[in-house]
Amino acid sequence: MLRASQRLLRATRLRTGEVGSRALKPRFASRGLTVDLILLFNTFNGLITGAFYALMALGLALILGLNNTINFAHGAFMALAAYFAYTLEPHLGFWGALIVAPLLAGAVGLVVERLLIRRLYGRDPLYTLLLTFGLALIIQDMIRTIWGATGVPLTIPQSLGHPLSQTYFFLTGYRLFVVAVALIGTGALFAILRYTRLGIRIRAGNADLETVSAMGVNIYLLRTANFVIGIIFAGIAGILAAGQLGLDPTMGDGLLMPAFVAIVVGGVGSLLGSMLGGLLIGAAAGITTSFYPAASEVVIYLIMALMLIVRPRGLMGQEGLLE
Amino acid sequence: MNAQTISKQNASGQLPTGAGTGGARSNWLGLAILAAALLTAPLWLHYLGGYDDLASRVLIYALAAMGLNLVLGFTGGLSFGHAAYFGLGAYGVGLMLKYYTHNVALALIGGTLLGGLAAAVLAPVVVRRRGIYFAMITIAIGQMFYFIAVRWNVVTGGLDGLTGFSRHALHFPGWVWSMNDTGFYYLVVLCFALGALALWVVLNSPLGHTFVAVRENHKRLTFLGANVQKYAALSFAISGFVVALAGGLNALLDNFASPNLLNYSLSGDFVIIAVLGGMRSFWGPFVGAIIFVAARDYASTVTQNWMSVIGLIFILSVLFFPMGIMGFLHKLRTEKR
Repeated sequence: MLRASQRLLRATRLRTGEVGSRALKPRFASRGLTVDLILLFNTFNGLITGAFYALMALGLALILGLNNTINFAHGAFMALAAYFAYTLEPHLGFWGALIVAPLLAGAVGLVVERLLIRRLYGRDPLYTLLLTFGLALIIQDMIRTIWGATGVPLTIPQSLGHPLSQTYFFLTGYRLFVVAVALIGTGALFAILRYTRLGIRIRAGNADLETVSAMGVNIYLLRTANFVIGIIFAGIAGILAAGQLGLDPTMGDGLLMPAFVAIVVGGVGSLLGSMLGGLLIGAAAGITTSFYPAASEVVIYLIMALMLIVRPRGLMGQEGLLE
Repeated sequence: MNAQTISKQNASGQLPTGAGTGGARSNWLGLAILAAALLTAPLWLHYLGGYDDLASRVLIYALAAMGLNLVLGFTGGLSFGHAAYFGLGAYGVGLMLKYYTHNVALALIGGTLLGGLAAAVLAPVVVRRRGIYFAMITIAIGQMFYFIAVRWNVVTGGLDGLTGFSRHALHFPGWVWSMNDTGFYYLVVLCFALGALALWVVLNSPLGHTFVAVRENHKRLTFLGANVQKYAALSFAISGFVVALAGGLNALLDNFASPNLLNYSLSGDFVIIAVLGGMRSFWGPFVGAIIFVAARDYASTVTQNWMSVIGLIFILSVLFFPMGIMGFLHKLRTEKR
């Protein structure tokens, strides 16, 4: 049972080995250039991984902020959306599935929020943590029962498959596409939060939910909408990840932890911080892969520990929030 | 002196800290019944469809959950990464037995020290934040150990886990303590009793009352001049030692240490055991462990979807038993009065 991030990094390392020994040496006389290219490659790969983390972390941070919920089922929702996309792809094509599957996952999220999570608002965050933990187990088990325990690939469009440049072979269309979607998604989220009534209410709710409620906003509806948006983001991240790594029932697990770390490093209460945290740890993992591959997973936790010692509130976090 | 009497009254009255609920005499009676039941378990367990290893597993999980509960229930810290110290205890025992000694007791001490010291070193960092943040930090630090165990192949055996060790009989002058299933069960009972005694002593000392004060109102405690972070870290460290002891026993039970012992999903199991049994109660995690281990054992024999069964236990206990079974019983009892 290999976890998704492990596989991602292992794939990275295999490619690096190939670069170092065979593919590039004939072309580049200077060894220094090769090393630089490997470093560039790993950094870029790390940033893509970081984009996954950032997308995950954005959804998680959104739900953490307004729903006061550590959504342990975030990874499971991610896998669920990816499997929806897998089923829909033959009918709708990749692009259709990329749009419809996250919405379907969002619909499941809507039901979950209405039936289960809503009952626990105002109680100790421990309870939603445990509830979503149990939910993650059930979703994972359902996926295993419906789609089988073995991994399956998600076909990506041909146009995204091949490299764009001979020298910078790692710049495949799909990788750039992932970065583009991450950027567009983040931009859209920030635009919603900044300019729409819903977004302004969500931000106000983060600051002071009671006052928002007293001003006549239906905070139950607001929290439901917020939860669903978070799940849709998880769904998009899940499908993008599946295009690169393939699908298996536990695929969300490996990406969930780094998303937590991204939030802690970036600082609770700041969406921008969570995003930066995701990119930072992704890049750090990538760079570590160049020098000491075995430590590539551990390094993000070391960064987190260091951040906690030097600056406990994280990059852009607010002091004393959610404590 | 006076302050202590007051906090003792509080402990048995308004704040159900568990240690000391329901009068001294019934406490001793209950303890005697529990001891008798545990000591005679190998004689009657098979009538209920159980077996010695299952009883050992219940006690090991109970000890781990009780250790975790020192932080979770009594100090109010939402730790979701205690499996790390459980797993470190297991790897410690495994490595000791594999390379240094055949003495089970020495190995257990080594494992407990490894896991406990790791918890003690990390405690000051972990307790820098509270609440949701604390939960995420403990999870993440736990996962760090998981990845170290997976990656450090040479020492830990990587994803396949650590094998190549087994428990040997303990030799005393004139007596051999066999480590077959039943013999090992009594070793588990002994360790469980020692761990529970240590927790009991801590919880009934001024230190334990300070832990409860941290849970109830850490701001007021700060105003009173107490160093809240220091006490939270102490609680975390002590609990780490107890959980590591349980983890060491787990490695002996299976003759195997797997990286999954460090994974956050096991931490989640320990938390739900404590919550299901009642995390404000001293014996709550013990009750939770009986139900959890028995349900998991039964479900995994009758259905492939046993993960869903565990998930349902999580959801149902959160929705319907938020104070746990012991909390529910306590409420019934106080309402009757």
